[in-house]
Amino acid sequence: MKLQIPIFIVFITGIIMIVQFFIPHEVSEFVFTYANDFVIVVGIMALPLGIYSLMKNTASKARREKGSEAFFALVTIAGFLIMVAGGLSRDNFTNPESILALMFQNVLVPAQSTLFSMLAFYIASAAYRAFRIRTWLATVLLVTAFVIMLRIVPLPEPLATWNGELVRWILSVPNMAAKRAIIIGVGLGAVAYSMKIILGIERGYMGGDR
Amino acid sequence: MTPGDRRWFDKLLTIDRRWIFALMAIFVVIPAVFSFRVPVAVSTEVRVIHEFMEKLQPQQVVQIALDYDPSTLAELQPMAEAILRQAFAKNARVIVTTLSQFGPAMVDELITRVAGECEKTHGVDYTFLGYKPYPAITILAMGTDYRVPFPTDYYGTPVDEIPMMEDIHNFSDVVAVVSLTGGNVADFWIQYGNAKYGVPLALGVTGVMASDYYPYLQSGQIFGLIPGVKGAAEYEQLVDRPGDAARGMPYQVMSHALILVFMVIANIGYIARQRSLRQAKR
Repeated sequence: MKLQIPIFIVFITGIIMIVQFFIPHEVSEFVFTYANDFVIVVGIMALPLGIYSLMKNTASKARREKGSEAFFALVTIAGFLIMVAGGLSRDNFTNPESILALMFQNVLVPAQSTLFSMLAFYIASAAYRAFRIRTWLATVLLVTAFVIMLRIVPLPEPLATWNGELVRWILSVPNMAAKRAIIIGVGLGAVAYSMKIILGIERGYMGGDR
Repeated sequence: MTPGDRRWFDKLLTIDRRWIFALMAIFVVIPAVFSFRVPVAVSTEVRVIHEFMEKLQPQQVVQIALDYDPSTLAELQPMAEAILRQAFAKNARVIVTTLSQFGPAMVDELITRVAGECEKTHGVDYTFLGYKPYPAITILAMGTDYRVPFPTDYYGTPVDEIPMMEDIHNFSDVVAVVSLTGGNVADFWIQYGNAKYGVPLALGVTGVMASDYYPYLQSGQIFGLIPGVKGAAEYEQLVDRPGDAARGMPYQVMSHALILVFMVIANIGYIARQRSLRQAKR
């Protein structure tokens, strides 16, 4: 029964959701909205479990580990407690002078921007090592990357126009052909995988491989 | 030559990455010291969005979905600011939403500032509905009625009490959605907002994401695309108000130029070494 009931629920829900997608009727809309409310409810119920699990593991790490590992665990716990304290009052979200808003503007924004901007350094190093004319395919990759990056750099006319046209062609012909093939492939894969789940063939989502 | 000797091309091929990092740091500082402007040629995919916004009639409704977080703020916020100003200048009504969990505070700061400068009133000329998790579900629910995912706006006012929302219920009441995103939210807008509800959609994305969305441009699922800082700078040029993107372009040019230089150096070294190896074999 532990196996059959979840498979039965998934089968019925999956079939209902497939059928409702193709029926433009208010009953269908109601079914859709009602089913999506369940997703939100399930998500909300999973949230405390996730937080409990994260905090339990982090607290255990803070006790067990030494040095930087323990420090990072303590930072995670402190960050969690600050967010809980900040979330207790709605005013903290809408008041730009609140401690939560100040931390967002002065800690999170610069931290995320810094991390993202560090990509420039790694991309420079990676481009230096990766883009070499080892094979003819690697040469195609190198030339494409070179042309695409060159469009950012101001060039004298008519080079700028030629390069612009070449970039447009690369993006809208070979790039698009490859992307479209990937998108269609992923789409067909998703349909096949979904059907396997709905029909009970794929059961990995239940936490085991039975 | 002993095996331990390194030829000039070996040196070109094994530059310590710390040198690369140091040079990159120097190159991105140069525009801060010696400021200069970079000319940008406006691309078609950016121009169509500008033309669409220019044709907005007073009181028409446009939704601007600011679905990005601080990591991509430098690329996407200039687009958001330019588009918001243009919509306000056309006296269009603007619905702002965010499907990024780090979005609300950023969006609130941006829209309050821009609306204040354009002398627009919250609830009359624009509304900020706030953030909801699960992008796909939220987009689908907005297609039914904005009141389903957003019963109140960001500030806690019931949507039914917001004057500008009186005659606005779902996507059929908006002329277009412009989503600015640094993640896969754009896919959900295409799959659900456009494919299911048929709402005209334009995207502003980060530079690295741009190539992923060109297929949707040709298929007509999106009518325009603003790619990265360059796209944002093009848009600023079209609205004749150079801002953060125009100021950011020199930094981007310098970093790209350095990457190109390193690619050339590496390949000169590689070709020279291959030639040397061939000669040694003979």
